[in-house]
Amino acid sequence: MGAVFLAMLRREMALAWRGRTDVLLALSFFVVVVCLFPFGIGPEANQLRAIAPGVVWVTALLASLLALPRLFEHDLRDGTLEQLLLSPEPAVVWVLAKVAVHWLVTGVPVALFAPLLAGLYDLQPDVLPLLAGTLLLGTPTLTLIGAIGAALTLGVRSGAVLLALLVLPLAVPVLIFGAGAVEAALGGVSYAAHLALLGAGMLAAVALAPWACVAALRLAVQ
Amino acid sequence: MHWESWSAFWDMGGRGFYVWGSYGVSFALIALELYFLHRTRKAVIRRLLRWRAARFEDTGEDA
Amino acid sequence: MNATQERRQRWRQGVEERQRSPRSLWRFAAPQQFYPLAGRLAPWFAAAAAVLAVAGLYLGFFVAPTDAQQGEVYRVIFLHVPAAWMSMFLYLVMAFWGIVGWVLNTRLSFMMAHALAPTGAIWCFIALWTGALWGRPTWGTYWVWDARLTSQLLLMFLYLGYLALTRAIEDPRRADRAGALLAIVGSINVPIIYFSVKWWNTLHQGASVSLTRAPSMATVMLVTMLIMAFAAWFYSIAVALWRVRTIILERERHTDWVAAELDRLAAKEKG
Repeated sequence: MGAVFLAMLRREMALAWRGRTDVLLALSFFVVVVCLFPFGIGPEANQLRAIAPGVVWVTALLASLLALPRLFEHDLRDGTLEQLLLSPEPAVVWVLAKVAVHWLVTGVPVALFAPLLAGLYDLQPDVLPLLAGTLLLGTPTLTLIGAIGAALTLGVRSGAVLLALLVLPLAVPVLIFGAGAVEAALGGVSYAAHLALLGAGMLAAVALAPWACVAALRLAVQ
Repeated sequence: MHWESWSAFWDMGGRGFYVWGSYGVSFALIALELYFLHRTRKAVIRRLLRWRAARFEDTGEDA
Repeated sequence: MNATQERRQRWRQGVEERQRSPRSLWRFAAPQQFYPLAGRLAPWFAAAAAVLAVAGLYLGFFVAPTDAQQGEVYRVIFLHVPAAWMSMFLYLVMAFWGIVGWVLNTRLSFMMAHALAPTGAIWCFIALWTGALWGRPTWGTYWVWDARLTSQLLLMFLYLGYLALTRAIEDPRRADRAGALLAIVGSINVPIIYFSVKWWNTLHQGASVSLTRAPSMATVMLVTMLIMAFAAWFYSIAVALWRVRTIILERERHTDWVAAELDRLAAKEKG
């Protein structure tokens, strides 16, 4: 089982490296959209500072949706997915590996880039590490929920838009606690509970989401 | 019965718009649901009859 | 086939045998048996709903007293609260039929879930609409981001997602199960969403209004709300039974009994 996990990890990292421009795509989207808000809301510094955590979090959520349709698409098209599902190895293992690499490639860069973008909104520097931290803690859950959505909409027409419609409502709790932690820190209130809930959510997602994912994938290849 | 008059009933203490706007739209939606239910059933039956007629022609035997 | 698969297959065979047994209630799990049953039951539920609705509306408008704080406009709750309850209840029922269908492999269960979805979505919209029209005169704005209304809004998105997904997938078997999976995942999330939105709502100081602070209920108001809730429930059952009949006709169109039924309906229309 561990061997399967590592093998899939290596394969996915090789594929991710070959398609590394995708990372830049997600990051560019992130930057562009964050820069868009001031044009709509106005350049007033206090207002922007107040909305910074929320804007960055929502945009991170949207950016993580961008690459999700491609999570299983290639493997479906070249028949690898069917082979993987037919193999005697428990499917949740390699699904978890795929999702892990996907998160490393899309979630982590977004989380690490976020403080820079929040700086554009003049967000207080002392909460910037917390912002990155909440994103690092929350994006795995987003990726796992997104993976279920990607499996459900695999090969379906308008799959990407449908994916967004399915995943975004389910991602709201993560958004609430992620952005809420930063807001709490700004207000001088404890944010420990937020982080605990984000962590708990991530663990629950790691435990449960792969099963739902596999069930949905089996539907897609039948 | 504690309304002084019918006009008081419709007025709802000055908030008639909100009360009747709520109930009105809701009942309209329910009526629409029932209407579309009926319409869909008729459309499906019509389509299935056409589909059967087409198969009947193609195969020359009872589809 | 390994031992687990053998056990599962034997269990499924047992289920199917029970379905075929003439005196068993299980036979109604077959679309052919359920279709006429639904046709016979639906009018009764519709009639019951109508009677309860008339009773509830009479109580709500002519017996329930004027509220001390909110005046007459509070009467909207007799529609708002039952609609909200139904929207949440129907979503759970959808998920339930999804689980049953997946575990027992009965396609009628999935058809029932599909039949419930539009009605649940409509109740959801009614809850949001009446909530807005109640909020405006009472608290000044059409929309407040309070926990209940916001959760209701997210539930609306969950319904739309189910409807969109099941219509986008062409293979009926995949659409059934994908919808069921989505409904199950959504059901698990509904309490999480509600809890997190409640948390979010109390944190932000702007949330001084709350629809949960309903007027202190006189008994007649509570009774009226319950009557309206039952009316809404029976209405939903009637509509779902009618809708599932159309779904059954469509999905079972290859069978002989549907062919016979179509002939009967065609003759009735001509005659």
